Parts: sequence; C-alpha cells; structure tokens
Amino acid sequence: MLRIEDVTVRFDGRAALDGVSLDVADHEVVTVLGPSGSGKSTLLRVVAGLQPVDSGHVLLGGVDLQPVPAHRRGIGLVFQDHALFQHRDVEGNVGFGLRMRGDSQARIRDRVGVLLELVGLAGYERRSVATLSGGEQQRVALARALAPEPRVLLLDEPLGSLDRRLRDRLLDDLGQLFEELAVTAVYVTHDLAEAFALGDRVAVVREGRIVQVGTPDELWAKPADEDLARFLGLGSLEAGSAVRPEAIAVRAVADGERGNGVVASSARLGPLVRVRVQLDDGAVLEAVAAGLDHPRPGERVVVDVDPAGIIDLR
Amino acid sequence: MDGHRPALSGERAWRAVSYGVPVLFLGVFFLYPLAAILERGLVGGSSTGSSGSVLDVLKDPLTREALWFTVWQATASTLLTVAVALPAAFVLGRYDFPGRNATRALVTVPFVLPTVVVALAFLAILPAGLDQGWAAILIAHTFFNVAVVVRVVGTFWASLDPRLSEAAATLGASPWRRAREVTLPLLAPALSAAAAIVFLFSFTSFGIVLILGGPRYSTLETSIYDQAVRIYDLRAAAVISLVQLACVALVVWVTTRLETRLAVRGQLRSERDVLRAPRTAREKAVVSASLGGLALFLGLPLAVLVERTFAVGGGHGLGAYRALGSPTSALLARPWEAVVNSLVYASVATAIALVVGGLASFAIAAPWEHARRSRVLDGFLMLPLGASAVMLGFGFVIAFARSPIDFRASPWIVPVVQALVAIPFVVRVVAPTLRSVDPRQREAAATLGASPGRVRREIDLPVAARALVVAAGFAFAISLGEFGATVFLARPDRPTLPVAIFRFLGRPGALNAAEAYALAVVLMAVTAVSVFLVERFRTRRAGWL
Repeated sequence: MLRIEDVTVRFDGRAALDGVSLDVADHEVVTVLGPSGSGKSTLLRVVAGLQPVDSGHVLLGGVDLQPVPAHRRGIGLVFQDHALFQHRDVEGNVGFGLRMRGDSQARIRDRVGVLLELVGLAGYERRSVATLSGGEQQRVALARALAPEPRVLLLDEPLGSLDRRLRDRLLDDLGQLFEELAVTAVYVTHDLAEAFALGDRVAVVREGRIVQVGTPDELWAKPADEDLARFLGLGSLEAGSAVRPEAIAVRAVADGERGNGVVASSARLGPLVRVRVQLDDGAVLEAVAAGLDHPRPGERVVVDVDPAGIIDLR
Repeated sequence: MDGHRPALSGERAWRAVSYGVPVLFLGVFFLYPLAAILERGLVGGSSTGSSGSVLDVLKDPLTREALWFTVWQATASTLLTVAVALPAAFVLGRYDFPGRNATRALVTVPFVLPTVVVALAFLAILPAGLDQGWAAILIAHTFFNVAVVVRVVGTFWASLDPRLSEAAATLGASPWRRAREVTLPLLAPALSAAAAIVFLFSFTSFGIVLILGGPRYSTLETSIYDQAVRIYDLRAAAVISLVQLACVALVVWVTTRLETRLAVRGQLRSERDVLRAPRTAREKAVVSASLGGLALFLGLPLAVLVERTFAVGGGHGLGAYRALGSPTSALLARPWEAVVNSLVYASVATAIALVVGGLASFAIAAPWEHARRSRVLDGFLMLPLGASAVMLGFGFVIAFARSPIDFRASPWIVPVVQALVAIPFVVRVVAPTLRSVDPRQREAAATLGASPGRVRREIDLPVAARALVVAAGFAFAISLGEFGATVFLARPDRPTLPVAIFRFLGRPGALNAAEAYALAVVLMAVTAVSVFLVERFRTRRAGWL
C-alpha cells in the first residue's frame, strides 16, 4: 500500500502541498483531480522522489521512502508531455528501465516486444520517437514506465496534449490495461471525465490541499463544498445547497400554463441534451433531457426538482 | 529547493573530480605562473630599467591610450564580425545544400591561421594607406573571428525549431518582427556566447595589432610585449597585465550573467528535421550571395598568401616547398618536422582540453549546482582567455624554470599551455549544450532506475557528444595555430608550425619569406583536413542524436 502522510512542500514560502494525506491500496487506481497549479503534479514528484518534502512522509508497503533516491524507489512516472529520450529509438526508450536494472539483451528485447504489443505498437522497436504521433508517443511513454514492473505507476496528465477522440480511445485502453495488469496507480488530471472514468477513487485537490476523497458515486452523491459541487456541474437553488442535474425535470409549458422559467441555452452531449434554464426567481439550473423532442432556447418551461436530488452542503 | 538530498558516495566522488580536476589544472598552470609574473614585477626588485611605482605606470598617458584603443577596437571588431557572419550563420542554420560541410570547414580555416600570417596577408592585399591603422586591424579581426560566429551561431540555429517562427507568422508577425521577436531571442544565448569569444579574442589580439597597428596603435597586449621583451621592464609589464586581467574579468562576469539570463530551455531539434534545400529563386540567391560574399572576403587574402609561396626569386615555382625538406639556418630542425611536432602536440593538447573542459562543463551545468557557484567556476575557466597567450608563455618560462615545479624542459609543457588556451572554448561550447538538456529527461531516467552517474552517461553524454566533437575540432585547431605562448616554450629543435613560420619571417631573404608562406599553406591544409574530418564524424553521428 502507498501511504502519503501529511506531506507539505513549500516553494519560496508558498505551500504547493499543505498537509496532504492519501492512501492508495494495492491494485487500486486513485485519480487526483484539480485545476492547474493546485499542486497535483508536485504530489506525484514527491512520491517519485524527484521533489524533497519540507515535512511529512511517503510510505510504500510500510517502508518510509524518505531516504530512498528516485532511482531505487521502483516507482514509475509517465510525464506530462512524455519526456521521451529523443536520442533513442522506441526500443531504447521502452527498454531503458530494464537496462538500468541489468536485464540481459535477449530479455530486454522480449519484454519490449510484449509491452509494445500491450500498448498496441507491435513492431515499432526501431522507430525514432521523433517520428511518432502524439498518441503513439503517449503509448511509448506508458510502455517505458511499465516495463520495469514498477510497484506504483504515477501518471501526470498523460492525455493532456492529445485530441479529444484519441483521448477517449486511450482512456478506454488505459482503463482496460490498469485492470489487466492490476496496477497500483495514481493518475493526475484536471479533467472530470478522465478522473471519473479511471479512478476507483477520486481525490479532489485545491490549492495544495485534498478537499475530498471518494468513489465517483460518493463525490456525486455528496460533494464536500459548493466549489466542488459547481466543478462537478451541479446546479444551485440557494446558497449552501446543490442539486444534481438528473433530479431536475424540464418540460415545455402546456397550453395556458405559465411555467416557472425560460430555456437560456441547450447543447447536445451525445445521447443527452444539456438544457440551461433561467428560473423566474433568478436562479440558473442545468438539467439533462433525453430524446429529440427537448425544449429549445427561448421556450418557457416548467421545471420540477426532485427533493431527493437536493444536497445540503452545510 | 531541489537536490538537497544527501549525496551518494559515488556522487560525492564525481563532484570532487568534476570540480577538482579543472580547479587544480588551472591553479597549477594558470594561477601559479600568473603569481610568478606578479611576484617578479611587483615584489621582486631584480628587474632592470624599472619605471618606478605602480601608479606611475597607471598614470602614463601611453597606458591609458592603449586601454582606450583596446576597448574601442575590440567593440568595433565584434560588431563588424557579427554583421559579416550572420548571413552565413543563417544559411548554415536553415539550409541544406551541396558542400555544406565543406563550407563549415573552410570557414574555420582563417580562425586557425597564425595571427602573424593573417596580418601579413592583409598587409599585402590592402591598398597603401589602409594597410596600417585601425581599419586594417578591424578587417583582420573580422577575417580571423568570423568562424566563431558562423559556427557557434550556425550550429545552434540548425537546432532551433523552425515552427516557432512559422507560428509567429500565422500570428501576423512580419519577417522582420519574427526575426526580432522569435529568432533573435532564441539565438541570444549562442549569439552572446560567440560575441563574447570574439570580443575577448580581439581584446587580447597580439600579432595582428603588432603588425597592422604600426607604431601609432598599441593595445594592452602589445604594451605588455613591448615592456616585457623589448624594454624588459617587468614591473610595467606586470601592471599592464593586471589592468588587462581586470578588464577581462569584468567582461567575463558580464557575459556569463547575460548568458544565464538569456538561456532558453527549449526542445533542441535534430539538424535533419530543420535543414532543407533552398527552393525558390530568392532563397537560392540568398544562399549564393551570403556564401559567395564570405568566400570572397575569406578567400582573397588566402589566395594572395598561396600565390606568395610560388613567387621565388622573381619567377614562379615550387622551390619554397622543395626547400622544406632541407636543413635551414632559421631552424634547428628540418622544416617538415614542424608538421609532425604540431600534430603530436595538438593531439595531446586536445585530449587534455577535452578532459578538463568536459569535466568543468559537467560541473557548471550540473542540475544540483547552485547558480552562483556555477557562475564563479564558469568565470574562473574563462580567465586563460583573458590572460594573453604571451603572458601565459612568459609566465610558464619564469614559473616552471625553477623548483618546486621544474617543468621547463618537459615535452609536456607545450601541449599543456595549448590546452590551457583551448579549455575556455571547450567549456563555452559544451556547457550551454548541457544546460539546455530538459531536466525532465534526467528525472524520467531516474524514475526508471538510473543512478545519477548513469543519468549522466545515458542522458547528458549523448547530448554533449555532438558538442564535444565540435569542441574537439576547435581545441585541435586552436592548438595547431597557437603561437603567443608556444613561441616561448617550444624547444629550438622541436618547433611547431607557427613557431617555424615566425622564425623564417625573422630572417631576411626571399627564400626564407617564401618558406614561411609555404609552411603557412601546409598549416592551412593540415588544419582544413583535420577540421573536415571532425565535420564528417559529426555528420555521421548526427543520426545518433
């Protein structure tokens, strides 16, 4: 088990991490969700041994990692924009960690082949990394980190620089891969969908502190505060409460009906349609509608809120 | 913030070596001779014809005039050199064309010519009235230094991502704005490094000023020589040396600060991805005009020089070359032996300079290093540039001719002093490259199990390899052409090429002059071949980077 205990890191007096504690069970994937500059990358660098801490501890399997330098920790890191070794080919990159631990040439070749197969790049051994596409580079970076069988895999916004469609596909692949290899992983992202898709649990970070840790459902059921509720996309009827979009029903007014709001905008998100409604009492709510017959912008609507979907945040 | 982790014992040893070797080398072979000069000049009362107190020397209007002219001509020479070299640097940094490597090699030839020969070539080619004076000095300095800017800036330019400029174009920047706001800031580290080298070279230039300055123009360097060798006033020579050292220390301090501030950490790209053939007629015209103009400027004086070797006794012939195999009154060896001596000395000097300068570069650019200490070491290593070659040679003579280090008769003394002159160049080429390594590459290697030493071998060394080969080429060329210090130290029976040339020039008669020119042409050829070989090696390995 990976245990992060009350870790604080200061840069020029400002705390990038402020008393952060987090446990990651074996074979568990924890995603760390937060805006840029919230300290989530620093957290990964601390675990990897690249960033000394001002106070606190990182323990792996009950052993304090403090005196262990990065290269002896056995913790893999996938860097934000890959940090591939430009002067080596794909095999040179993927086999690097194996060479460091002294594997034989033959064994390295075999294992590189297995890993490339695993990430869908079979036969890429001799390619120069400079000629790879963004998605391919990402896969090489992943294979490189996985090759020496790290005890914990850390990923720092690995899909950050990729286009959306590729991201969605790699997201699926990553999820499968994590399951197949039963890795213990900490995955840092600013993207809600990524965090929810991959994380057994999600740790929400803001300004160097962990705001909440829980399964995606737990977060959705009871976000820790209003900021998080807004970040998750929950609406608000009044200060101190939030309402989940699926608890809000929106329908066009029947003849003679006055309704209680007007549609401000609508946008299709795949099978569902997100409808933003301006209520007559001033509040703005987001609801989801299904099907093709949904209210259009400018239409007056009747908005019903299921009380079970209202969360008291106080 | 970073790297305060307790060092592993291997790391401690490495730090000790990477700092200790350069510091020890410079301590023994630079500071100690310097101290010997100062002791002779300022403390010891044995000097004859002494000019009184230190203040008298400083107050002397001749000293002040020399200082002013030194600063003035060095500044003007640097600006002129950069202006002349930039078009060629641009062409080499952006375009691939037949003969590109040959061009790079040929550009370097003037740089390694003995200054005496360069001076004579311009004396011969410039029209009367212009052949002596400040203009001749500036032109000769430009001729001599153009290679520094073309190679340092051109090499760096070839690793800059052209897409950055293209991105600026799509954002509405005109070509001129792109040059000013994208390319120039990115080039700034290389440009300032090259300009610093040219400035220091012009500042401490000796042979060119001595011959082309005539009696009217004198720099600090020629003043030191006049005082030390002609007038034999060691005190005055020492005081002027101090002034020169102080000036150079100031320049080095300013430029290293500037360089740290200008350093841009970017993804350096392989030349293969950057260079392309000139396509439009306009591009072809730019390439031909830049290279043609430079070829004319560099080629004409050399052509005159070659022509001189055939002009023996009124007619034209190979007599001067044939004479190189025969004994001569000018030397204690046959002239052709100087070729062998030069090659051996320069090889040893290059090896020493690469080891010492390479270690120093790693120490300076080490990720764990404090910025301040790294700057101090960097500046310290530049000092031999500032202490003139004449001063170094003279210092060696008086420091190592007595106990505790009686080194004067050792055959190692010549390569050691040549390495001393070459080390600053090695550092200036290698350290910026190491500094430009993306620190995340090292971190990635560390998370994959590479120890700090392994990270250096696997990440830094391959990146530095290209720079080290370039540095080796520079060091070899510098050692081959080194004159000011070697002339004090080479044994009469083992002269190097520049020393042999100098000895011939000191003798009257057309044959001696022709033999001097012939040896100069041989030196030019040897240098061109060696630089060309380095270029080929560099290109073959480029795919590896």
